[in-house]
Amino acid sequence: MNAAQQSGVPRWMVVPAALGAAFIVLPLVALASRVEWGDFFSLITSESSRAALWLSLRTSAMSTLLCIVLGVPMALVLARMSFRGQSVLRSIVLLPLVLPPVVGGIALLYTFGRQGLLGETIDVLGLQIAFSTTAVVIAQTFVALPFMVVSLEGTLRTAGERYEVVAATLGARPTTVLRRVTLPLVLPGLAAGAVLSFARALGEFGATITFAGSLEGVTRTLPLEIYLQRESDPDAAVALSLVLVVVAVLVIGLVRGSRSNAL
Amino acid sequence: MRRLAALALLLTAVAACGTDETPNTSTITVFAAASLKGAFTEIGEKFEAEHEGVTVRFNFGGSADLVAQLQQGAQADVLATADEATMTKATDDGLVEALAYLGTNTLEIATPPANPANVDSIDDLTSPDVKVVVCAPEVPCGAAAARAEQAAGVDISPVSEEQSVTDVLGKVISGEADAGLVYATDVKAAGDKVHGVPFPEAATVVNKYPLAALARSTHEPVSQEFVDFVTGPEGQAVLGAAGFGKRP
Repeated sequence: MNAAQQSGVPRWMVVPAALGAAFIVLPLVALASRVEWGDFFSLITSESSRAALWLSLRTSAMSTLLCIVLGVPMALVLARMSFRGQSVLRSIVLLPLVLPPVVGGIALLYTFGRQGLLGETIDVLGLQIAFSTTAVVIAQTFVALPFMVVSLEGTLRTAGERYEVVAATLGARPTTVLRRVTLPLVLPGLAAGAVLSFARALGEFGATITFAGSLEGVTRTLPLEIYLQRESDPDAAVALSLVLVVVAVLVIGLVRGSRSNAL
Repeated sequence: MRRLAALALLLTAVAACGTDETPNTSTITVFAAASLKGAFTEIGEKFEAEHEGVTVRFNFGGSADLVAQLQQGAQADVLATADEATMTKATDDGLVEALAYLGTNTLEIATPPANPANVDSIDDLTSPDVKVVVCAPEVPCGAAAARAEQAAGVDISPVSEEQSVTDVLGKVISGEADAGLVYATDVKAAGDKVHGVPFPEAATVVNKYPLAALARSTHEPVSQEFVDFVTGPEGQAVLGAAGFGKRP
C-alpha cells in the first residue's frame, strides 16, 4: 500500500487515476451488460456477420503484410540512415496516425479514385479499385502503416548498431547483416508493430466508408456492419462490438507478450 | 488543499459546459432528418425573425440515429424524420404525441453532370457496365429504393450500399459511381454538381415526412409554434422550393 509513497507520486493522484481507469472500463462493462447472451451466438454467426468478419480478417491480414513489406524498409531508412529532410519525413509518416480517417479516405479517393491523380493510370492497367476489396486494403494500409514504422523504428534505435558494426567488420555484406543480425534482433518490435497494424486495420472505419463503399462480402468490414446494424438491429450491433472488444484484448495481450520477450 | 480546490473548480467548469442558456431568451432544439438541412435552416431563420428572443438550434442526422439519441435521453423540442417507420419508433416510446406531416419526397436517379453511362431510366441501372450506388435497405432511402426496384420490376446489383443518402450523393458527385438513387430534393440541392433523371416508377414510392413536438419539450408553446410554422404557408413555400411534394 506504500507503493505510491515509495515512488514519490502524491497520494491524491490515485483519485483522478482511478477516475480515468473507470472512464475506460465502465463503457466496456456497459457494452457487455447490453449483450443478449441467449442470442449471442446466433447474432454473431448470421450470414452478414460472418461475411463481415471473414472480410475483415482477410483484408486486415493483407494490410498487415503490406505494412511489413513497406514499413520495415521505411523504419530502417529512418533509423539507420541520415539525410536531409529526415525529420520532416518522419513527421509526414506519422500523419495518418493523427489525421481523421475520413480525411484519409477523401485523400485516397482523389488519388486512386476514377477521377483521381492515378485514376487514368489505373484505368490503363485495366484495374478497378473503387468499390473493390482492394480499396479496403489500401484504406487499411494507409492508416495502419505508421504503427509499424513507429514501433520498429523505436526498437531499432533502442537495439543500437553495435552488433551490426561488428558483423560488418567481420566482412558481412549489408544485406547479410540485415538478414542475419538486424532483423532477428528487432523481431519482437516487428511482431509488436505487425500486431498493432493488424488491430488498426481491423478497426478501420472512416477511410473505408469514404473510399471503398459498403457492400456485403466485398467492402463491408466488421466496423461498417456494426454501424449499419445499429440502424435496424441494435442487439446484433452490440454483439458484434463485443467480438471486436475481445479481439482488441487479445491483440494487447499479444503485444505485451512480445514486448516482455524483448527484455 | 489548494490543488484540490483547483481540481473541484475544474470539474464544476466541465459540468457547466452543458448549460449554455440565458434566462431571458429561449432556445428550441430541432432534431431533423439530414435531407431537411437546407430547407429547415432557412425556415429556422424565418421563424427566429418572427419570434423575438427565440433561437432555433438544429441537429441534422439519419432519422434512425436521431430517434436513438432521443431514446437515450437527448433533450430536444421537435423531431422531424424522413419516413414514417422511424417516427413510429418515437411514438411507440411515448416520445411524441400528436403528429403532423410536412411534405413528401420521391426518389430520383442522380448521375455525374455529363452522365457518362447514359442513364435514362431505372432499367439502365441493371446494366453491368453501370456502377450504381444505393442506400442500404436498413435505412429509409434504401427501403424506398428497394420498393422502387420492385415497382419497376428490375433488380439492381449496386457496387455499394451506403449508410445515408448523402454518402450516395457524395459517390456520384466525385464521379466514382455512374448513378445513384437519391431523393429528388437532394438532386435539387446539389445544383449543377449532379444531373437528375426522374423516372415514372418513383411515383409509387412516396416518403412522407412526419414531424412532431416532443412530449419532453420544456419550451411549450414555442415548440408547437415551430411545428405549425413548418406546416403553415411560409414553411411550405420553403419546402416546396427545395423540391418537397405537398404534405399529405
